[in-house]
Amino acid sequence: MDFRLSDDQRALRRGVRELLAGRFGREALRAAVDREGGLDRKLWRELGDAGFFALRLPEDEGGAGLGLPEAVLVFEEVGRVLLPGPLVATHLAAGSVPGAADGTAVVTAASELPSLVQHFEDADTVVVFASDGVPHRVDVPEAEAVPSLDPLTPLHRLPRPPLTPGPPPGAAVLLTAAEQLGSAARSTEEAVRHAKSRVQFGRPVGGFQAVGHLCAEMLVRTETARAAVYAAAVGGDLTEIAGAKLLADEAAVRGARDCLQVFGGMGFTWESDVHLHLKRALLRARRWLTTARAEEIQAQALASAF
Amino acid sequence: MDLAYTAAEEEFRARLRDWLAGTLPTLPPPPPAGDWPARRAHDSAWQRRLYDAGYGNVHLDASPTLRLIFLEETEKAGAPYVGANFVGLLHAGPTIAAEGTPEQRERWLGPILRGEEIWCQGFSEPDAGSDLASLRTKAVRDGDAYVVTGQKIWTSHAEVADWCELLVRTDPGAPRHRGITWLAMRMDAPGVTVRPLRTLAGSTEFAEVFLDEVRVPAADRVGEENDGWRVTMVTLSFERGTAFAGEVVACRRTLTEVATRARANGCWDDPVLRRRLGRLHAEFTALWRLVQWNVSEAAATGGVPGTGGSVFKLRYSQARQELYDATAEVLGPGALDLSLPWTRERLSSLSYTIAAGTSQIQRNILAERVLGLPKGR
Repeated sequence: MDFRLSDDQRALRRGVRELLAGRFGREALRAAVDREGGLDRKLWRELGDAGFFALRLPEDEGGAGLGLPEAVLVFEEVGRVLLPGPLVATHLAAGSVPGAADGTAVVTAASELPSLVQHFEDADTVVVFASDGVPHRVDVPEAEAVPSLDPLTPLHRLPRPPLTPGPPPGAAVLLTAAEQLGSAARSTEEAVRHAKSRVQFGRPVGGFQAVGHLCAEMLVRTETARAAVYAAAVGGDLTEIAGAKLLADEAAVRGARDCLQVFGGMGFTWESDVHLHLKRALLRARRWLTTARAEEIQAQALASAF
Repeated sequence: MDLAYTAAEEEFRARLRDWLAGTLPTLPPPPPAGDWPARRAHDSAWQRRLYDAGYGNVHLDASPTLRLIFLEETEKAGAPYVGANFVGLLHAGPTIAAEGTPEQRERWLGPILRGEEIWCQGFSEPDAGSDLASLRTKAVRDGDAYVVTGQKIWTSHAEVADWCELLVRTDPGAPRHRGITWLAMRMDAPGVTVRPLRTLAGSTEFAEVFLDEVRVPAADRVGEENDGWRVTMVTLSFERGTAFAGEVVACRRTLTEVATRARANGCWDDPVLRRRLGRLHAEFTALWRLVQWNVSEAAATGGVPGTGGSVFKLRYSQARQELYDATAEVLGPGALDLSLPWTRERLSSLSYTIAAGTSQIQRNILAERVLGLPKGR
C-alpha cells in the first residue's frame, strides 16, 4: 500500500496545471464571466487534443488508457481554475457520442441537474444517462433560459424530462467531487495568501487566531475530502463515491464561504474571484447527487451491513 | 495511489487473524473498569501473549503498514485494547528506541514488550497544559543523580506504573524549549506521591503525581541534558499519527451497531437521524482513508508521521463526539443511564478534543507549520 501519488500521477497533475495556467489564467476566467459562461470552442478542442476527454478510453480507441485516479487528478485541476463547460458529461460521453473524445463536440447531460440543463446553447448534443448507465442522445428542440446563480454556468429549463434518468454514473459523481476538491484547495490557498498579506491592527490578519483557525479548518476539510475522493477513485465503490461527494461538497461550499469571510468586504465584490468559487460549488453540490441523496446512500450502506 | 497490500502484508494479516481466532476465546473476561491492579494484570498478560506469538514488537519495529494491519485486525477481532501498556508501547518505548543508548534500550524495551513493566507519562503540569514548554518541575544535578521536585497531572495509569517518562527543567535560565530534559523515573522512588484524579466520566485512570526531592540516576536520562524538548517531539508526533487507527475501526463498528439499534426501535424512520448516521458513515470511511494516507506518508518518510496527524486528530476527535451524541438520540431515555456503555463513552469522548493537544493547539499547528501563517495571538 502506498496511497501517495505515483511519479506518473504527479507528472500528469503538473502537466495539466501548466496547460490550464497557460490557457485559462485569470484574464481568460474573467473573459468567460463577461461572456456569461459562453464556451471557448478553440480551448475545448485543445483540451480534446490534450486527451482531456479521452483520458480513460483504451489506447486502441484513441484514448490514453488511464483510470479513474488519473481522471480525478485532472478534474481537480479543472476545479481549481473554474474552467467552465459540461466537462464531466463530455468526458463520460467520449467513446459513445461522436466528437466528444477529441473535443470537437460539446456534450451536455440533461440528467445532471433535475429539470435543468447546463450550457444548452453551446452544446451540440444533449444526453441522458439512463438506467443502463449509457449516455442516450435526446432531442431537445427548445428550452427556456433561467437566470443562473453561477455566472459561468448558463442554465435552461427543460419543458419536460426527455427520458427517465437512471442512477447517476459513479464516474460522473466522482469527477464532480474532484472538481469540488480542487475548488476547496484553491479557496484555502487564496484565503491563506490574503491572510498573509492583508494588514490590520498593524499585523497580517492571518496572525489572529480567529482567522488562522478558519484557514486551518478549511485545510482539514480539504484534506479529508482528498483522502475520500482519491480512495473512491482507486476502489470505484459507489457508496464510497457518494461519501466522497458528500465531503467534497462540504469542503468546497464551506471553504468558499470561509474564504469570503477571510477576504472581508473585498470578497463580497463582483471583481473578486471568491464568489465564482462559491457559486460554482453551490451548483456542483446539486449536480448528480444532492447532500440529502448522498446521506441516504450512506445510510442504506449502513443498513445493508447487518 | 495504491491501496492494495503486498502479498507479504496479506500473509501477515491472515496469520494474525488465525492466531486471534484461536487465542481470543481462551482469554479471561476483562476485569471491572475501576480495578486497576486487576486491569494491569489483564493488560500485561495480553501483551505477554502477543510477545510470545511474535507480535510484541509490532509498535516498535514493524513497518507503519504492518502496524496498521495489526491495529485493524486486533480491533476487528475484539482483542483487548493496549490499555495500561499504552505509554510504554506507544510513547516511551518509541522514544527510547529512537533516542536511548544501547544499554537503555536493553534495559527498558524488553520489559515493555513483554508487558512486565508499565509506564506512565509525566509531561503536563497544572500550569503547563497546552503550553507544555512552560513546565516547571525542576531537576538539579547532584553527583550521579538528578533531584526532582514538582508536580505532574493527567498521568494515566500512574497508580499501577513502574516507570514514568518525565519532562523536567534542568536549566531555568535557558530559553524555555532549551532547558528541558527527558528522564525515566521509577514510580516507587522515595518522594513520589500519586493521587488519583476522578474524571467527569467517573473513571480514575488519571492521577496527579507529586515529586518531592526524588532522586533519579543520571544514567536514566534519555538524550542529552537540556535536549528533552526535541526528544519529546518525536513521541508527540507519533501520538497524533497512527495511534488512533484502531479506534477508527471501533467507531465504524459502533456506528453499525447504532444503526441496527435504530432500525429495531423505529428511530431509523426519522430521516433527520437516518441522514445524520449516514453522514457519520461517510465521515468514518474518510477517516480510515486519512489513516491510510498518513501511514503511507510515514512509511515513505521513515516512520515518523508528519503534520497529517493534526488534520486527522482534529477531524477524528470531532467525529467521535458526534458519533456518541448520535447514540444518545437512538438510546432515548437510555442516554441518561450510566450503566450503558454508549452513555459512558459519550462522556469519555469529551476528552478527545482536549487530550494529546487541544483542537485549538492543533489548529495553531496547521495554521503556522503547514499553511505558513504568522504565529497566532
